Amino acid sequence: MTAPATAEDKRILVVDDEPNIVMSLEFLLRKAGFQVETARNGREALDALDREPPDLLLLDVMMPEFDGYAVCERIRQDQRWDRTRIVMLTARGRESERARGLALGADDYVTKPFSTRVLVEQVRTLLGVA
Amino acid sequence: MIGQMLFVPLLALVYLACLFMIAAYGDRAARLGRRLGGPWIYTLSLGVYCTTASYYGGVGIAMEAGLAFLPIYLGPVIAMFLSPLVLYKMLRIAKAYHITSIADFLAARYGKRSKLGILVSCIALIGVAPAIAVQLKSIAVSINLLRSGSVHDAPALANDTALYVALGLAAFTILFGTRQVDATERHQGMVLAVAFESAVKLVVMLAVGGYVVFWLYAGPADLSARAEAAGLDRLLTFDGTGMSGTDWLLMALVGGLGFLFLPRQFQVAVVENQDPGHLTRASWALPAYLLLFLLFVLPIAVAGILQEVPVPDLTILQLPIDHGAYALAVAVFLGGLSAAAAMVVVETIALATIVSNDLVLPFLLRTGWLSVAASADPSRLVLLIRRLAIVLIVLGGYLFFRLVGAHLTFIEFGMLSLLAAAQFGPPILIGMYWRDANWIGAMIGLCLGFAVWCYTLLLPAFVTAGFGGEELLARGPFGIDLLSPHSLLGFRALTPTGHAIFWSLLLNVLGLVLGSLLGHATGLDRTQAEMFVDVWSRADATRMWRGEVRIRDLRDMLQRFIGPERTAELFAADARRLGVRLPLEGRADARLVQTAERQLARAVGSASARALIGSMVKSESIGSRNVMEILDETSQLIRYSRELERKSSELERATQELREANRRLREVDRMKDDFMATVSHELRTPLTSIRAFSEIVRDNPELTEEERENFLGVVTRETERLTRLINDILDLSKIESGRMQWRSAAVSLATAVRDAVDSVTPLLDERKVNLTLDLGRHDLAVQADPDRLEQVLINLISNACKFVAVGKGRIQVVIVETGDQVELRVEDDGPGVPPGEREAIFGKFIQLGDRLTAKPEGTGLGLSISRQIVEAFGGTLRVETSRLGGAAFVATLKAAKPAVDAADAAE
Repeated sequence: MTAPATAEDKRILVVDDEPNIVMSLEFLLRKAGFQVETARNGREALDALDREPPDLLLLDVMMPEFDGYAVCERIRQDQRWDRTRIVMLTARGRESERARGLALGADDYVTKPFSTRVLVEQVRTLLGVA
Repeated sequence: MIGQMLFVPLLALVYLACLFMIAAYGDRAARLGRRLGGPWIYTLSLGVYCTTASYYGGVGIAMEAGLAFLPIYLGPVIAMFLSPLVLYKMLRIAKAYHITSIADFLAARYGKRSKLGILVSCIALIGVAPAIAVQLKSIAVSINLLRSGSVHDAPALANDTALYVALGLAAFTILFGTRQVDATERHQGMVLAVAFESAVKLVVMLAVGGYVVFWLYAGPADLSARAEAAGLDRLLTFDGTGMSGTDWLLMALVGGLGFLFLPRQFQVAVVENQDPGHLTRASWALPAYLLLFLLFVLPIAVAGILQEVPVPDLTILQLPIDHGAYALAVAVFLGGLSAAAAMVVVETIALATIVSNDLVLPFLLRTGWLSVAASADPSRLVLLIRRLAIVLIVLGGYLFFRLVGAHLTFIEFGMLSLLAAAQFGPPILIGMYWRDANWIGAMIGLCLGFAVWCYTLLLPAFVTAGFGGEELLARGPFGIDLLSPHSLLGFRALTPTGHAIFWSLLLNVLGLVLGSLLGHATGLDRTQAEMFVDVWSRADATRMWRGEVRIRDLRDMLQRFIGPERTAELFAADARRLGVRLPLEGRADARLVQTAERQLARAVGSASARALIGSMVKSESIGSRNVMEILDETSQLIRYSRELERKSSELERATQELREANRRLREVDRMKDDFMATVSHELRTPLTSIRAFSEIVRDNPELTEEERENFLGVVTRETERLTRLINDILDLSKIESGRMQWRSAAVSLATAVRDAVDSVTPLLDERKVNLTLDLGRHDLAVQADPDRLEQVLINLISNACKFVAVGKGRIQVVIVETGDQVELRVEDDGPGVPPGEREAIFGKFIQLGDRLTAKPEGTGLGLSISRQIVEAFGGTLRVETSRLGGAAFVATLKAAKPAVDAADAAE
């Protein structure tokens, strides 16, 4: 039986074009012990992924240039990132969008505005962090 | 010579086109309800009596037999003097019973017998052919004479020319007279054109006479002196004609009868007559017309003899040509064309009406062929029949011309037709005054008279033309002298023409009288006879109707021939008469049937109308019943299918419109959906930050003061952002739904700009932007809502602020006056707007800026709102390239009278 992974081992990439949201997520996740990296749009996100694949991606859907769906699709087509978990963030609360995100290979789907406690718990669960 | 190949035919065409325009003018006036025919027009139209047989032939016969040309004009003169007695009664009868032709008149008088109508049609058809032939011949010969100059070549060439002339005249007549089948059979335009032609031929005749007497000779005295010297004074004597007094009387009689009963004469004198009162003037004006027309016949004839003109019938054309008066020659040709065209048009139209109403339609109805032919509604069938009839009648004339044309003088052709038509005289005249004259007598009389005409006048014409039979002419059939065509029963006292007149009319009258006395008259015969004889008292009286007709049948029948509207009117009038309510049901009473029959008679003539009504009465007769049913079904099917076609295309159009509306609705719906999703996104985004940082502050008491202040600052700013957004959305929704409360005032632009600048000063200071103003006149004003105008200005200036470089950006606000427009320009030296996006940026939630870096502040609704506000003031808002290098937002507004001025004026 392997010991549960610790938060310190996990790297999380936060992608959102809204600086305040990125700032709040970065603060929350660091506080929870994770290593956090940020990107302001889909292109920056893909660059960051290329450098070092994170364990989890917090991915905003509505962004200029590459939107969240496009990034998600790209990641799921590449074997390097098989183990990367994806949580989609969206401000458009439509059920059809949720289904689309899951169909593209996202692991979870969070609607803005969200409860910070619940979000951190979801991340811990997905990464198997106690 | 005037021999250019096409000059004369072209001239003829141009002249016919003119006539056609006159007729079209008359028809249009008639459609507009104006009546053009006064007593003068009526009189001139009666002048159609003078055809080319008179025009060319008068001089022709005068050259050979002097005054012999005269008696056939004495007849019309007498007829006109007697018109208050005879013609007037005919007019009254024709009007009272809606008579459409001479055949119709006879058929109606004698118990509406279609047999009689058929006989009359046949006589008219055959009898008129010679008169048409002479028109074709005269035009053809005169064309050729004008072209070649030699009268000897002319007749030889005439055959082909005559065919072209025939076809041309037939086409002309069809265009002229059968454009529509009108219920009254009146042709006001045609009458107008015919009157014009009568005037033309009279003027030309007088011109030629004047030319000959006063130009070629030194006046009447000179001419008569020369005539005497040449021994021509015999032409001026009674004996010189070679005719006995009886011949004179008979010729005058046949002239008078022909004048009244030639189909064309009956047409213009009776059918086309607009007012019986016109007779008063015509009774002396027509004799005057004839007198003028004949005034120069003898002098020209004398001149023709003196100058040895080779073909007497062409003298009036030959004399001007021989003396180089080509213009006059052309005029003479046109006069002849007038005489011919008028005759052919009126005669064939009258005959075509007879053929369709009294020959073909009754035949089709009787045999049941009408169902086969009725591919369209009956009025179109009638038109078709008439057109075909016109062509056949004119071609019949051409055939006659080819058979005997070369061997008869013009006047001999004319005489053939006159006597044939004169056969209608006894049954009509006697029938108008003697009530016991019945259809049996009329049939017998007409048959006898026509047979004698054929035998004594037509047959000899063919013999003369070389068809053999000289033997018969000289000694009678089988050598029986008593039966010789020129001396029946050994009667030799008269000229052949006088002989033919005498025997044909005598036997006609005898047949009529004896047949009427011996034959049995039915009830309808008697009624009709009384209606004609006692027209003055009986015209409006109700006649007994024997037989039963269902009202429904009557209505269906009328609708097919006179249309649903007229039928409805008629039945409504009848309901009023009877004091009952529509719809009428059951059996029609006598008066209704009579009214219906009269209406039908106006459309198809009385014999056909009678047959139609009769077909309803005899409903057990399978044949005619079938005809009507099939006719009914065909025309109704056609109407239904047209209706269906119209409806289905309407439906298709409606469907198309519905589909389009639906598409637009879906589009609007989709746009609204997108808008709501975008609004949702724009609201949730600041809310997300607010909630996240609030929770962070709540859950992390250990935060440093600096961190706490930073996070709460975000919450405050995002709350402000949310407020702006909500305000903008509310503004937009108010403007778009039309619920925005606009104030309207004359706003000083300079003041508005200064106020706006004051509001954005903090932002300008923060970004260290250099703002300059160039505001022009202080009193320059626009009509607007001051608060909203300031909102636009703030929006545009702060927008510019966001895009210029911090610390060195430049913004310029300029007011430019152009005429009654004011341009308000907010210019910057920022990155500008690419041409491709200049419209897009006015859309909702569209934001430019460096997308890879920071998002611009603002709601994304500012420009959209600004544009809608400016447009609400009646202006426009657009973006273009600024002189400073960046963007220039230009609001164009209508200048208003400045409020200051108004205040000044008030003081």
